Amino acid sequence: MEKQKTHQIDKNERVISIHGLYKSFGDLKVLQGIDLEVFKGENVVVLGRSGSGKSVLIKIISGLLPPDKGKVNVLGQEVEQLTDKELLALRLKIGFSFQSSALYDSMNIRENLEFPLIRNIKNLGQKEIDHRVEEALDAVGLLDKIDVMPSDISGGQRKRIGIARTLMLKPEIMLYDEPTAGLDPTTSRDINDLINEVKERYNASSIIITHDLSCAKATGDRVVMLLEGKITRQGTFEEVFDTDDEQARSFYNYNFIQQP
Amino acid sequence: MKKYVISKGLDDLFAGIYSAFQFIGLFFRQAFQPPFEFREIVRQCYEVGYKSLPLITMTGFITGMVFTKQSRPSLVVFGAASWLPSLIAIAMIRALAPLVTALISAGKVGSNIGAELGSMKVTEQIDAMEVSATDPFKFLVVTRVIATTLMIPVLAMYCAFLGMMGAFLNVYMNEKTSFPTFVNEAFGQISFLDIGTSMVKATCFGFTIGMVACYKGFHADQGTLGVGKAANSSVVLAMFLIFIEELMIVQMSNWVRIY
Repeated sequence: MEKQKTHQIDKNERVISIHGLYKSFGDLKVLQGIDLEVFKGENVVVLGRSGSGKSVLIKIISGLLPPDKGKVNVLGQEVEQLTDKELLALRLKIGFSFQSSALYDSMNIRENLEFPLIRNIKNLGQKEIDHRVEEALDAVGLLDKIDVMPSDISGGQRKRIGIARTLMLKPEIMLYDEPTAGLDPTTSRDINDLINEVKERYNASSIIITHDLSCAKATGDRVVMLLEGKITRQGTFEEVFDTDDEQARSFYNYNFIQQP
Repeated sequence: MKKYVISKGLDDLFAGIYSAFQFIGLFFRQAFQPPFEFREIVRQCYEVGYKSLPLITMTGFITGMVFTKQSRPSLVVFGAASWLPSLIAIAMIRALAPLVTALISAGKVGSNIGAELGSMKVTEQIDAMEVSATDPFKFLVVTRVIATTLMIPVLAMYCAFLGMMGAFLNVYMNEKTSFPTFVNEAFGQISFLDIGTSMVKATCFGFTIGMVACYKGFHADQGTLGVGKAANSSVVLAMFLIFIEELMIVQMSNWVRIY
């Protein structure tokens, strides 16, 4: 049974504000005029087919990719106008959970989790680092894997540890790229619970990129449908899918009827 | 339809050269800008230097011994077998030690760095580092290039020493020359310029190996196929550039010798 969403959304405080965002790769137009706002304490799910530009959107938000046109404001700062130093400082407030988990292969789980702490917080004693690492691993239920190498754990465990690593710096914004992709239904449910738990515990705002409707339904306060680089529908899960719109119906049917 | 300035191949070539020079420029900007990653540099020096020791030990020793063995018959014909120590010293220090060390390191260290960074790139580990507020260029590239630039000259000196030991063993077994005599004869012909040139060469080779491997790894794409390509092209391009540098530095040192 999935946990219920109980957190509060502050509609007066925008943490992410995107206006007229365009991005192309050569002749391929990926994003074509995106407008999106995310409020404090809100979970926004961006749904769309593979190649619809979902991941590109959060890479632009985190400053990993530059936009071609448009404004991206994160926590009151225009991302494309920041210097390298300012961008690094902003990233301390953003947690990014990658589709591939992106755990550092050459480090064990403890070192993976220590890495952002050691790099970014000076004068932190080893005792405090150990405490924070154990606390984060405990939160994702994988304390027993602390000295294991990433290659020795399952895909679901890698995802959970990837999320735990992003939490080490207590981010204000969480960006999840396909958090349940490639996972079995039970593990996917665990990840959905974890996303909601992170929200409760850290009061973070989140953008969750997915094409998994179960994940969208379980985690999203608001669902945004991205098709061919444009936002076609948005609202609560029910508002988006309780419709005669052909594209939304086809997406819904594929996820809930055709897939086992 | 995309339009090319000259042709696709030449456009790509010039774009690649421009991008490589940008990469080198960024290295020099980052290398002298704090914060410095001393801990990671030491770790990389250990990876590049200490872990290459067994291979360099074997290769250096065998190169010296085999070169002596192959040179002896020609010198014996002219009654010049006593010149062997100085011949070997000149060959090892001026050319063989830096070249052999660089070629072996291009294969071992270069492919390792290319594959490691390539794999980190395609599995988004480099992006993960960037979003956790760590500059991946400084942490991954600058440290590795500094490590190869510092360690290859050290390994080249070690290789030269072991090559001389291999040569001494062969000379001792044939001519029963004592060690002090061998050393006297060997180093009688070696000048500071020889050692200096050798070190400059090894430093350039080390920088080339590190830079090429990091560039190829950092620009890997196409998934696992890209990782293999990055490792392979790191070795091939580094070896190619090492031979060109060898030729240029030898030419320049000859001019210095003449004037």
